[in-house]
Amino acid sequence: MPRASLLDPQGQAVDHALTALGFEGHANVRVGRALTLQLELAGADAAGAEEAVRRMCERLLANPVTEDFTISLREAP
Amino acid sequence: MRVAVVRFPGSNCDADTLRALQRAGADTYYVWHRRDDLQGADAVVIPGGFAYGDYLRAGAIARFSPVMAVVQRFAATGGPVLGICNGFQILCEAGMLPGALVTNAGLRFLSHPVTVRVEAVDTPCTSAYEPGATLTLPIAHGQGRYVAPDDVLRELEAEGRVVLRYMGDNPNGSMNAIAGIANRQRNVVGMMPHPERAASAEVGESAGRGVFASLTRTSPVFGGGVR
Repeated sequence: MPRASLLDPQGQAVDHALTALGFEGHANVRVGRALTLQLELAGADAAGAEEAVRRMCERLLANPVTEDFTISLREAP
Repeated sequence: MRVAVVRFPGSNCDADTLRALQRAGADTYYVWHRRDDLQGADAVVIPGGFAYGDYLRAGAIARFSPVMAVVQRFAATGGPVLGICNGFQILCEAGMLPGALVTNAGLRFLSHPVTVRVEAVDTPCTSAYEPGATLTLPIAHGQGRYVAPDDVLRELEAEGRVVLRYMGDNPNGSMNAIAGIANRQRNVVGMMPHPERAASAEVGESAGRGVFASLTRTSPVFGGGVR
């Protein structure tokens, strides 16, 4: 997600569009991105998997200057 | 003066940049991004375009190409490096310049001339200009809004590292109207405007020529630039 301190013009545009469509009660709309990836890590538990993804985020997937990230894990179907 | 122009898949200003450098008298050539040597370059230019299609973020994937490791070593020893537009984005992603370039405040891709002021002439890319010169240069970007934490902005201003600044209209909402910056050692410069598109009489604009004149007059290790 774009960092809270940064202007998010996409979020503002979506906010205005929701209002124009008659929706109410929304505020602080932010537009970020979601990446999904499947992990196959031999011997890794949930903590190990999260740590692996965190390293990917820090190295490539997120830009620490402009973006914050959160990680959520679930079992692959 | 040997000047390498780095090509990534998706670079599209490489030919114009090469031509502008040739006109300035440089011995210039392309270096493919998979290479891990700069073939004796005295200066390196990373041209504009859409390296790797801007996938993920502009410059995010290009920064890991093998050539970038040697560009970083070259810069660390004082070698002059210029990033134009997408090249600026790549240098920021690589951590060679502070801050980042994000989607324009108005959300539109912008392609038109802008007026910028040369705020610093003690860089290898602007040494041929008079201090405070105002230039008309084209911009062409969707992600050109320069952002950085407050402490970085203060440092850039205090150290005179804002190299180009938009005058009048701030086209993309950049913080402090920043159009170009230098690193602390001043040998790495990034700018969003395209000087290579304003470097020949045929297209009616020549304000960008000074960038290439500056680069070709710089000694291999920056410090010898003469105005």
